Amino acid sequence: MLVYVLKRLFYTLPVAFGVSVVCFLLVHIAPGDPLTSVLPPDASAQLQAEMRKIYGFDRPLIVQYGLWVLKTLQGDLGVSIATGRPVAGELRLALGNTLMLAVLATLIGFVLGCLFGFVAGYFRDSWLDKLASFVSIIGVSVPHYWLGMVLVIIFSVQLNWLPATGAGPGGSADWAWDWVHVRHLILPAVTMSVIPMGIVARTVRALVADILSQEFITGQRAKGLLDVGVFRHVVKNAAPTALAVMGLQLGYLLGGSILIETVFSWPGTGFLLGQAIFQRDLPLLQGTILVLAMFFVALNLLVDVVQTMLDPRVQRA
Amino acid sequence: MKKLVLAAAALTAGLGLAGSAFAQGVLRIGMTASDIPLTTGQPDQGGEGQRFMGLTVYDALVHWDLTRADKPSTLIPGLATSWTVDATDKTKWTFKIREGVKFHDGSTFTAQAVVWNLDKLLKQDAPQFDQRQASQGRSRIPAIGTYRAIDDLTLEIVTRAPDATLPYQLAWIAMSSPAQWEKLGRNWQEFAKTPSGTGPWKLTAFTPRERAEMVPNKDYWDKTRIPKLDRMILIPLPEPNARVAALRSGQVDWIEAPAPDAAPSLKAAGMQIITNAYPHNWTWHLSSAEGSPWNDVRVRKAANLAVDREGLKELLGGLMIPAEGFMPPGHQWFGKPTFKLKRDLAEAKKLLAEAGYGPSKPFQTKILISPSGSGQMQPLPMNEFIQQNLAEAGMKIDFEVVEWNTLINIWRAGAKHESSRGATGMNYSYFIQDPFTGFMRHLQCNLQPPAGTNWGHYCTADMDKMFDEVRNTFDATAQARVLERIHEKFVDDALFLMVTHDVNARALSPRVKGFVQAQNWFQDFGSITISP
Repeated sequence: MLVYVLKRLFYTLPVAFGVSVVCFLLVHIAPGDPLTSVLPPDASAQLQAEMRKIYGFDRPLIVQYGLWVLKTLQGDLGVSIATGRPVAGELRLALGNTLMLAVLATLIGFVLGCLFGFVAGYFRDSWLDKLASFVSIIGVSVPHYWLGMVLVIIFSVQLNWLPATGAGPGGSADWAWDWVHVRHLILPAVTMSVIPMGIVARTVRALVADILSQEFITGQRAKGLLDVGVFRHVVKNAAPTALAVMGLQLGYLLGGSILIETVFSWPGTGFLLGQAIFQRDLPLLQGTILVLAMFFVALNLLVDVVQTMLDPRVQRA
Repeated sequence: MKKLVLAAAALTAGLGLAGSAFAQGVLRIGMTASDIPLTTGQPDQGGEGQRFMGLTVYDALVHWDLTRADKPSTLIPGLATSWTVDATDKTKWTFKIREGVKFHDGSTFTAQAVVWNLDKLLKQDAPQFDQRQASQGRSRIPAIGTYRAIDDLTLEIVTRAPDATLPYQLAWIAMSSPAQWEKLGRNWQEFAKTPSGTGPWKLTAFTPRERAEMVPNKDYWDKTRIPKLDRMILIPLPEPNARVAALRSGQVDWIEAPAPDAAPSLKAAGMQIITNAYPHNWTWHLSSAEGSPWNDVRVRKAANLAVDREGLKELLGGLMIPAEGFMPPGHQWFGKPTFKLKRDLAEAKKLLAEAGYGPSKPFQTKILISPSGSGQMQPLPMNEFIQQNLAEAGMKIDFEVVEWNTLINIWRAGAKHESSRGATGMNYSYFIQDPFTGFMRHLQCNLQPPAGTNWGHYCTADMDKMFDEVRNTFDATAQARVLERIHEKFVDDALFLMVTHDVNARALSPRVKGFVQAQNWFQDFGSITISP
């Protein structure tokens, strides 16, 4: 097992290098001026040139990349152009907020997805299957930012039950696990959970249907195993794949929540990324993309290891 | 069942708690900015940053009079009580500094503090030089050459050339506390967390990207401007729908720039929609570069006569002021232009025919537009509406849609630059609050790119002569007369496609009382109260 983990860790090195090159080049190739956020539109060409020099954007791209990688390896992701604050600090705060949101959304999505998936798979072709499948299709099809707005209109504007925006009355800085704060988390988490819910439900339905059609289940039933016992076998066989799907979904949610976090003004990585894009804040953009990508790589690694523990056949393959 | 009752009780308590979380006298504002503006003095985030951070926590030497809603704002004394220009040397200005003004940290504001603040922006080798503030502030004060403190209460500024617009430039420059900066280890990052200015509000807490909290400065030197509120909280809400939802759900009491289509529902929900004229212009900046079809004044006039401004107003739910010139109607520099901006398709077609356009030689050109952007209102539907208007007069317009930041870069590069992609006009919104931003930067010969932002490369000797006159007219009334003549020429020559002015709309909860919306980009929050 240790050899397997070490081997997988080694594989992440070229991936990390590739990610750093791609994210650096992508943000530099994209049109727009990184000094847009700090210079008034009518700043003179001379002032622009002076500022470009002060921020180091007058150096060759390869030099800028080298310096960035060097600093990154030392744990310094640079300073945001737009805010003047260290990228690492901004990212730490945002990651904490997104992690909270993504984990809750994944949990909601996983529990509901498994429920609908098992029901649909177990009662295949019944009306329950059709209903559960319909719900899961809605989950993967509905634009989540639209759903977010609809939920805000219903639960915030009309019913006034839950807040529409933000991470608490005092912002995320004074976050506490009490109702006053948690109520801010509910609408974005529910909105965010619909896609993983749909994907997990569809995956589990297919898995359950497949497992139930296998000969060992028929054999177990022939030996007189009750439905509860059969269910246990199905869960055990479906778990590794469902878990892998959940891990991937968590990874997507960590980096892919720009729209939801913008709709709910949730101060997470998506919100941060969105602002960095619009402001052409290259250090913030590079740092955020790199950290999120590495997070995704680490998560994949973790899922693979857990999957190997649950199903040794994976390691042999 | 017992658990259910407990859960219901907790839910009810939670909802009740949320409803009463804010005491009376706390104003919560949803800004359009995506972050709290820079807190160290010279804010970023454009006009909104200056409105909410620059002129709340800080003061400038010269202020805008924000007390009246019924007339355009004029300059008034701020941290300087008076200013005069030398009778023989028109580059030498003397500013008398207001006595007894204290920074929030208790240190005294003096002429030396002004010098320190100007060094902060202009002198790269000064220990307090701050590149972030410099990038915001330096372009606001191009006239300043040298400066010195004659004594604690007297400041001398020498301009590079005679320039009577200096007071307008200084109205941008916020004064930070040198003592606080020293106390915090000469560190602007630390200063940003506990800033100190002389303004009517003190910043007490802020979480980047989420909120900033201010309390009144009870020792403020202008007793009429001491805030009546207990607290003011700024919340960045860049997404328009999120702002509306936050207001309607009671999370904020005030939102900036509600979308026009949200106004009816906000009114129906009892919210106040506050609007007023202010120096903003939504226009098509036309190119005067060689080969531009707009070089013919008849074509420019034809386009201006083809625009259905009243129809556009209907499209925007009434949230615009149809342009009658480049300045809003009633502005002190409006003057008496003879060319009237009304819809007259017959006249437009006649002018086009005189210019040589018709069925055998149709008018066709390309305009750069953006799908969104600061001050751009609703650019896509508005531009499509105008495109249709102009088509009815026989003018075919093609759009090149580029993202807002790209448009800014093209605007800096100029109409002749390849990045303009052959376009002969650009839809842009302008802050036109002072002579420089209103006229000079668009029309002065030596401000053609890359030296400045005269995007269209407009250059005429008579306009430049009038700009010189503005810079050399130190009497405010006489200067206003020159600016009137400039505006008359602007309109009579139909230099741009003059379409509309924004109305600075904001939506307020019915509990917000006492707000006077000045005809200005900046506002005063001192008179506001919140009813229970």
